[in-house]
Amino acid sequence: MATGHVALDSSGVDAGQPVSGSSKDNSGAAQKPVINDFSIQVATVNGSGSQSANSVLLRSIFGMGIPVSGKNLFPSNIAGLPTWYTIRASKHGYIARKQEIDILVAMNAETAKDDILSLPKGAVAVYEEAANLKQYRDDVICYPVPFDKLTAAVCPEARLRKLVKNMVYVGVVAKLISLDLKVVEAALRRQFAKKQKAADLNWAAVEAGYNYAAESIAKQDPFVLERMHATDGKIIIDGNAAAALGAMFAGVTVVTWYPITPSSSVVEQLIDYLRRYRVEPDGKATFAVVQAEDELAAIGMVLGAGWAGARSMTATSGPGISLMAEFAGLGYFSELPGVIFDIQRVGPSTGLPTRTAQADLLSIAYLSHGDTKHVMLLPGNVKECFELAIEAFNLTERLQTPVFVVSDLDLGMNNWMSEPFDYPEKPLDRGKVLTAEELTKRGSFARYKDVDGDAIPWRTLPGTDHPQAAYFTRGSGHNEKGLYTEKPDDYQNLMERLARKFETARTLVPKPVIVQNGKSKIGLIAFGTSDFAVLESRDQLKKEYGLETDYLRIRAYPFTSEVHDFITSHERIYVIEQNRDAQMLSLLKLDLPAAETTRLRSIRHFNGLPIDARSVTSALVLEEEI
Amino acid sequence: MATTTAPAPKVNRIGLPVVDYRGSKTTLCAGCGHNAISERIIDAFYEMGVQPERVMKLSGIGCSSKSPAYFLSRSHGFNSVHGRMPSVATGAILANQTMQAIGVSGDGDTASIGMGQFAHLMRRNLPLIYIIEDNGVYGLTKGQFSATADIGSKLKTGVINDLPAIDTCALAVQLGATFVGRSFSGDKKQLLAMLKAAIAHKGTVMLDVISPCVTFNDHEGSTKSYKYMQEHEEAISEVGFVPFFEDIAIDYDAGSTYDVTMHDGSHLRLRKLHEDYNPSDRVAAVKALMEAHHNGEVLTGVFYIDTEKPSFTGLLNLVDEPLATLPQERTRPSKQVLSEIMAKLT
Repeated sequence: MATGHVALDSSGVDAGQPVSGSSKDNSGAAQKPVINDFSIQVATVNGSGSQSANSVLLRSIFGMGIPVSGKNLFPSNIAGLPTWYTIRASKHGYIARKQEIDILVAMNAETAKDDILSLPKGAVAVYEEAANLKQYRDDVICYPVPFDKLTAAVCPEARLRKLVKNMVYVGVVAKLISLDLKVVEAALRRQFAKKQKAADLNWAAVEAGYNYAAESIAKQDPFVLERMHATDGKIIIDGNAAAALGAMFAGVTVVTWYPITPSSSVVEQLIDYLRRYRVEPDGKATFAVVQAEDELAAIGMVLGAGWAGARSMTATSGPGISLMAEFAGLGYFSELPGVIFDIQRVGPSTGLPTRTAQADLLSIAYLSHGDTKHVMLLPGNVKECFELAIEAFNLTERLQTPVFVVSDLDLGMNNWMSEPFDYPEKPLDRGKVLTAEELTKRGSFARYKDVDGDAIPWRTLPGTDHPQAAYFTRGSGHNEKGLYTEKPDDYQNLMERLARKFETARTLVPKPVIVQNGKSKIGLIAFGTSDFAVLESRDQLKKEYGLETDYLRIRAYPFTSEVHDFITSHERIYVIEQNRDAQMLSLLKLDLPAAETTRLRSIRHFNGLPIDARSVTSALVLEEEI
Repeated sequence: MATTTAPAPKVNRIGLPVVDYRGSKTTLCAGCGHNAISERIIDAFYEMGVQPERVMKLSGIGCSSKSPAYFLSRSHGFNSVHGRMPSVATGAILANQTMQAIGVSGDGDTASIGMGQFAHLMRRNLPLIYIIEDNGVYGLTKGQFSATADIGSKLKTGVINDLPAIDTCALAVQLGATFVGRSFSGDKKQLLAMLKAAIAHKGTVMLDVISPCVTFNDHEGSTKSYKYMQEHEEAISEVGFVPFFEDIAIDYDAGSTYDVTMHDGSHLRLRKLHEDYNPSDRVAAVKALMEAHHNGEVLTGVFYIDTEKPSFTGLLNLVDEPLATLPQERTRPSKQVLSEIMAKLT
């Protein structure tokens, strides 16, 4: 019955059956090829080893010189639950998530039916022959593949077949989309660099898939790759590795952490780098890494180290941020440096630990009880993860306050292509620290006195060899000398100076990135990973609706004056962000004169998947009534 | 005419008078055990001749945690948040392992809110002198029981404690601290000797010092009062200490005394007062503590000492200089390193 249905397929050809060479050539002839502009989704089971296969696919497309991005949509699970990996090739350089899937590789029997049902008309489905997915869709191009049979033929060892099977789909897809086999082999050999045997076995699987597709699949879909040179000189890296590199080149010396998805790989990768590049010839380390008992201890260690003069950091995610609240207040009130990387995931509570969001902004901005405000840096791509990490260490010591680098799962855990990172030419800024000699010259020292008019006082480090160097740090009320006080004026003066210090921060934090032509009435504001979708959406709005928009990407809180100027120079501002409550818009409102806030509109995306351009475009078009 | 000059003030081996080890005036109650402990800390650092600028003082929150302001005002101090001094101390010591660090906590700050950090501090054997000023009550919030209050002990209000006490010394021994003892704020001689030995030790020193709260826990029915301690203190050992800079040729009976050579060359001499006392045996230490508790005694002295186990900073194999002040040349890898890393990512 099912086969009967297949026979009536609108395509008229059962693509799974061997066909003659001539019909192969004819099958796709009617369609206009879609070159270097499509997405592939691989559905697998978590823990089945598909990561390597997907990585080889991604690197192969990159190796063909075509802009590409990959996103891992994985469950909070060790093994057994469904996972998806999407790869997008885009000749235009769009690397945001794309809503529609063009090619599905359905390797997970459990989700296969849903997976194929979710495809748009005309998409491609590659699947295990036995699953017979064709019964569910007659408007999708189906390429059944005998994966188990092909795998068994190249992999005699049964226990390895689950892993090796993934490379068979790499081979099939490679043939289907015209990947250069030499490029695929290079990517695979790189993946298994240190394991010759594994490389050979996996390569045999790729070839088996490739040859099967060449001999037995008649291509009917339009999706193909053609060589470009858009990735020449570019690198591929995930945001967490980039942040780790930034920390190392910022000269971090004390690193503390408590493992939490999706931030663990910041510190894990940092440990690898530090062991490699920060151990001296005598084997001694210029760094200390501590896996703490919880996030409270992690931030406590960071602040203790910062107080004693080290460049210290921790990396965490939402639940860790919540736990760090009390210490964040201490850091703010006692003026202690320390860098906290928040790789945001979906909250509240445990939320969706392996999905992405931009929903920690409000909690970080005011983290802790009492009047508290924190500096946030908001990297929008992997290069900025590197650069803003370095900047964060300079700012935290300059400002003597904790600095949060707020990234997200999408940026942190996915691979992105990027220009190579530039070596930081600016020397480390260790901030206002008095040595014993300077102390002697000055004659006096009051830890919390604003002597320079920028509201940033001078500090001394423990161990400074001068009888007047010591002071007492406390989270309780303190006067300019650091002595305990409950006097109304002392408290108020301190709080007002801290507010002034935040104004100083406003002048020191990274400025926004602005794209404007001076003619548009509509301005877009976004930050972090929403950037990719917004850039693409602006092109859609222009091409499809003739709508020009200006765009400002925020890179730090507090907002620099450019943000205010941008808002007041546009009639309508759309703030695009990945949370439910318009958190960035709320922060902007708090910063703006009441009359200006009416310009602000909100576009929000918060389903745990990275924001895509079409969602932005549709929401904006609806709001603008175009 | 003959002139008289004031006699030069007495100074220690580095030429400093004791006044250079004092702090600001205490704001704790008159008679508070904590003040006596501060005095002994002053004496210990003075007598050991430690440069005050080479010391970091850390604390959590509570009456006890205020006390670092009352000693060593030439040392940097950090009064942090409730129960979290261990983490702050850990960070500070990693940033500058050349410093001597002393942390002051209380029974609430340690045995309740700070239990997690306390446990992990002991486990790491971080070089830190950790003092619990233990009075069995929360003073600043006006006299609630803490988790070290003995079962059956009574509050001023008549409320009886019906939960068992946490023995921080037994815990510290089990968790990995390498110098564990208990003393009493009123026992000047013992406490001073233990503090001096603590300064000579490289690793976590955990001293639980019973320190009566004169305002909320010094009455009949309290097991942390001056009177109760005078009646129930039972020393497991007599603590003698010979600093590295003094002649050690003082006789002792090797049969009844353990002589421990400390990291700096000082000698800790523990004269056995109990059968079966062996300060290098963790199991014996815990057993002695539990038995004393059962017998209604407050056991004091050094229960356990291990000078061999590596400290946390030793395990991390840090460079000799403080991490805090390493120059950029040693903390920022070269341009070539970045190029090398970038090349691998293409």
